[in-house]
Amino acid sequence: MGHKVYVPVTAEFDADGNIMPVALTWLDGHVYEIDRILDVRRAASLKGGGLGLRYTCRINGRTTHIWLDESRWFVESKRGIN
Amino acid sequence: MPRIILHSDCNGFYAAVECLYRPEIRNKPVVVGGDESLRHGVVLAANQLAKRIYKVKTGEALIHVRQRCPDLIIVKPNHKLYLRFAKLAREIYNDYTDQVEPFGLDESFIGLTGIAESVGDGERIADTIRERIKYELGITVSIGVSYTKSFAKLASDMRKPDFTTVIAPDEFRQKVWPQPVGDLIYVGAASAEKLRLHGIHTIGDLAGSKREDIISWIRNKNGGLLWDYANGFDSSVVRQFEECMNDDSGIKGFSHSTTTPRDLCNADDMKVTVMVLAEAVAARLREHKRLSKTVSLWLRDNKMSAFTRQCKTAAPTNLAYEIAETAMKLYHACYGSLGNPGSTLLPIRSVGVRASDLVREEEYYQLSFLPKEHKRQNIMAIERAMDDIRERYGHTAISRGVLIRDRALGSDNPKEDHIHTFPNCQGA
Repeated sequence: MGHKVYVPVTAEFDADGNIMPVALTWLDGHVYEIDRILDVRRAASLKGGGLGLRYTCRINGRTTHIWLDESRWFVESKRGIN
Repeated sequence: MPRIILHSDCNGFYAAVECLYRPEIRNKPVVVGGDESLRHGVVLAANQLAKRIYKVKTGEALIHVRQRCPDLIIVKPNHKLYLRFAKLAREIYNDYTDQVEPFGLDESFIGLTGIAESVGDGERIADTIRERIKYELGITVSIGVSYTKSFAKLASDMRKPDFTTVIAPDEFRQKVWPQPVGDLIYVGAASAEKLRLHGIHTIGDLAGSKREDIISWIRNKNGGLLWDYANGFDSSVVRQFEECMNDDSGIKGFSHSTTTPRDLCNADDMKVTVMVLAEAVAARLREHKRLSKTVSLWLRDNKMSAFTRQCKTAAPTNLAYEIAETAMKLYHACYGSLGNPGSTLLPIRSVGVRASDLVREEEYYQLSFLPKEHKRQNIMAIERAMDDIRERYGHTAISRGVLIRDRALGSDNPKEDHIHTFPNCQGA
């Protein structure tokens, strides 16, 4: 079962007011730069539990999803916060 | 141009939202239930597993459900979250049409007349909406597609969860008429029983009867409407959301009811509870600029038998003080001046207050030089000041002394906490 993990995210607003994540900080403090945003759409997170605006991102060559749920960012993770 | 109307119904809405947010309970039987410590312990919604395995039904007492299914998971409701989901679902419907008429929190009529060219086209849009709701919101809806609102509603109930059901104009006799008459919109338990006594069991039986017979049997204006619906004569249009929210012309009354944390055994207890409910009713009357000429009091004792009493107010009012005073008169008429001493009547478990027989504020304004009217104007000023304070600082920022007497009974805020319609009445 997946877990929902809220993470700190550095994001930018573009001139049209769209918000785009630039980097996220994982639980161990490591900062992951987001190389590219592939898709943005509203979607449910069945593994993490919840919904929001889902950003499909390329990080270190891997595709991952980050959700913006109102004003908080979260990811689905195999391990939760202990 | 063919009329195409969708009715979308979120399946086990509250429970589905809770299961989305808690993946660990998603594959277990789950119900959302009221707070048992406050004696609000009934099932508000159940997920598909609870419905299928344990036959849990909305409105059942949690205590009975728990006995029947010991591994059932009961979660507390989160109304703010459900409101958010209702809004998000509406946003999806609005991508297809601006005719989105809410029918409760979890149901909507969606008008596609002029947008979809045929019932088949409406079905395709319905399927797209279903898929989007599932993908974007993580819950499921059942959608009925038809050419009238009443048949669209009926169709959405036919197959659940996550189905689209179509009733086309040329097939309603085969699909609708064999259904039990109680499945038709606005046929409640009382109407269904009246119809049953006259040998009407299915919607087809209703459609095949004489319209005037149905009117005389049902004994209200709904009789003719039900006959029309059964025969597919329903020309009501789907209104826009904003229009529904702004249109209060159809309001017949305002009501609030509550099940109290403990039984009410005397007039003092009753006074506290009645004042809480009267405040909520009066605030809504003022919000909609209405005055009420009739106050009703609904009481249910601890053996679950209930009755209603009503009377005219001295003058049209929207003051909590006067509504409570009238409701207490009704109570004393049943229970005596002290409230139940030596009476065979049982302690009270649930109370409801309703203000009906409404007139618009601007239609009624009577000047008087009597001292009583002067006192009334003062009360009006106080209650409006309370409205302002509560709007700015919240409901608990100001309270009446009578409510502090018993904080357990007096701390309820029925206007914002939960929406209860007056039992057996059509609330606003």
